[in-house]
Amino acid sequence: MGIEISPPVLKAQLRKARSGRTRSSFVLDVALEICPGITIVFGPSGAGKSTLLDCIAGLLKLDSGRIEIGGEVLLDVERRIDVPPAKRKIAYVFQSLALFPHMTVEQNVAYGLAHMPATEQALRVKAMLEAFRVEQLAKRKADEISGGEQQRVALARSLATSPRVLLLDEPLTALDEGLKQSIMEDLRQWNAAQNIPILYVTHSRPEVDALGERVIVLEQGKIISTGTPQEVLDAPRRSSLAQASGFENLFSGVVTELREADGVMRVQLVRGACEIETPLSYAAAGTAVKLAIRAGDILLATERPYGLSARNITAGRMIALEQRGTMFVAQVAADADGAVIFTVHLTPGAKRALALEVNRPVWLVIKTHSCHVLED
Amino acid sequence: MDSLILSVRLAACVSAILLLIGVPLAYWLAYWNWRGKFLLEAIVALPLVLPPTVLGFYVLIALGPNGPIGKISEALFHRGLAFTFGGLVFASVLYSFPFTVQPLIASFEAMDRRLLDASALLGASRLRTFGSVILPLSLPGIVTAVVLSFAHTLGEFGVVLMVGGNLPGITRTASIDIYDRVQSMEYAEANRMALVLLIISFVVLSTVYGVNRRIGRRMWASWASR
Repeated sequence: MGIEISPPVLKAQLRKARSGRTRSSFVLDVALEICPGITIVFGPSGAGKSTLLDCIAGLLKLDSGRIEIGGEVLLDVERRIDVPPAKRKIAYVFQSLALFPHMTVEQNVAYGLAHMPATEQALRVKAMLEAFRVEQLAKRKADEISGGEQQRVALARSLATSPRVLLLDEPLTALDEGLKQSIMEDLRQWNAAQNIPILYVTHSRPEVDALGERVIVLEQGKIISTGTPQEVLDAPRRSSLAQASGFENLFSGVVTELREADGVMRVQLVRGACEIETPLSYAAAGTAVKLAIRAGDILLATERPYGLSARNITAGRMIALEQRGTMFVAQVAADADGAVIFTVHLTPGAKRALALEVNRPVWLVIKTHSCHVLED
Repeated sequence: MDSLILSVRLAACVSAILLLIGVPLAYWLAYWNWRGKFLLEAIVALPLVLPPTVLGFYVLIALGPNGPIGKISEALFHRGLAFTFGGLVFASVLYSFPFTVQPLIASFEAMDRRLLDASALLGASRLRTFGSVILPLSLPGIVTAVVLSFAHTLGEFGVVLMVGGNLPGITRTASIDIYDRVQSMEYAEANRMALVLLIISFVVLSTVYGVNRRIGRRMWASWASR
């Protein structure tokens, strides 16, 4: 006899007015359907990401809405169903982690297993500590271990209870890249067997690229797009999102000409004579738009390039060049109008090969499809 | 020395009773919000500003044969409470109330709310969260509350005089004894007693500060490492 198990999909439809005295007040109003695996909730700070997680976990009361996991209703404001947080079987790792500082690592992980017989509990704690590679810290106090170790313990603690959903509120922000990767790898490994929906909140673009399978973009309490990181973040429509998602170059411009046959249009930068060719979008000639270009998408050449498919080739002059970590950041003023300054990212190798230095004339090369047109 | 033993016994009874009443009350005041809360907070703090004679006077009336508490006691034990040790305990509990409740409220309110959320999300009931997370982490506040109410009761004078009178061995506490002896010019006796009281108070307070500093430092270290 087979038992039908419905996949543990989290469905939430919720609405909550947030009235803050210090933070901007807005209405969180979203509908989501989260499948097993990692889904990232991405948005600038103050977009309502943590509020969303608190609502799903039951820590905040909703104005209206409904939450269900795998068909079981946890909350239905209309029908007055409201399962308390302790009974929702939702794991939630806060940004602050909230490990109990007066308990050992082992006691922290065992905290949610109070209902289990002692031997079973001990086995589960051991298994969780091993899965997250902190078994050697079992007897240490939670406040005596490093930040990365605390991360792992916090994950082990919340996952020990076999939750139906895992909520993560920027838990890895403070860690360095290598540590972050290795913790996420352990989490992926763990979830390969469990297969529960994981909601991962972040405002960091590199984190989205590193983890991203599916992204939900939240802004001002609303979901403004959903999809893979490439679909969602590489063609943003709003300028605040562009800033949030790391477009170093953001210019105001006016659409001057549409060439439907070529699938392109031309945008003149407001500051001056500089004109850029962009993909065609829903804008009429004369519309004010914003133009977003990633610093890493701009090429530099020391001579005017020929035979390139790139349509935007502009002369300029290097006005600043500084090293940031393993990368060089160049500021290039366009010759057509010195007020337009492009930020360009270079590798140290490229800088050396081209013998780039301040004051040197250069050519800026930008592919049409690297120029993103946003609503102004 | 009888009076000194009586004082210590009174202080011990009062701080034990206050701890039992104060912890749930402080929990309630710290974590629940309701409209009339400020009134209760004002009542709890009242003994801080009230002259001891005012408090003592009303307690005396309440405990007396025609007062509500006196009547209850009369019906239950066939005796009133005025001028008895029981009456003294009752009055002292009221008088030291804020010294227990306020440090408790302060330490409950200082708790990181995320720890309480984490406990709930791990399936713990309110009671378990209270016992396993709030109480152990509020230890410095609890120690402070107990010691302050103990020391405050040890040193009270006005309320005890109004409610207990001055019955040797029953209601004559150390502070009243000292007053008596000064009145009858027995300065050497008064000095001995005063000195003992001074030393007890100092030892008790320095213990609290010492203990809190140690616990406090540990807690601070745990915060800083985050």
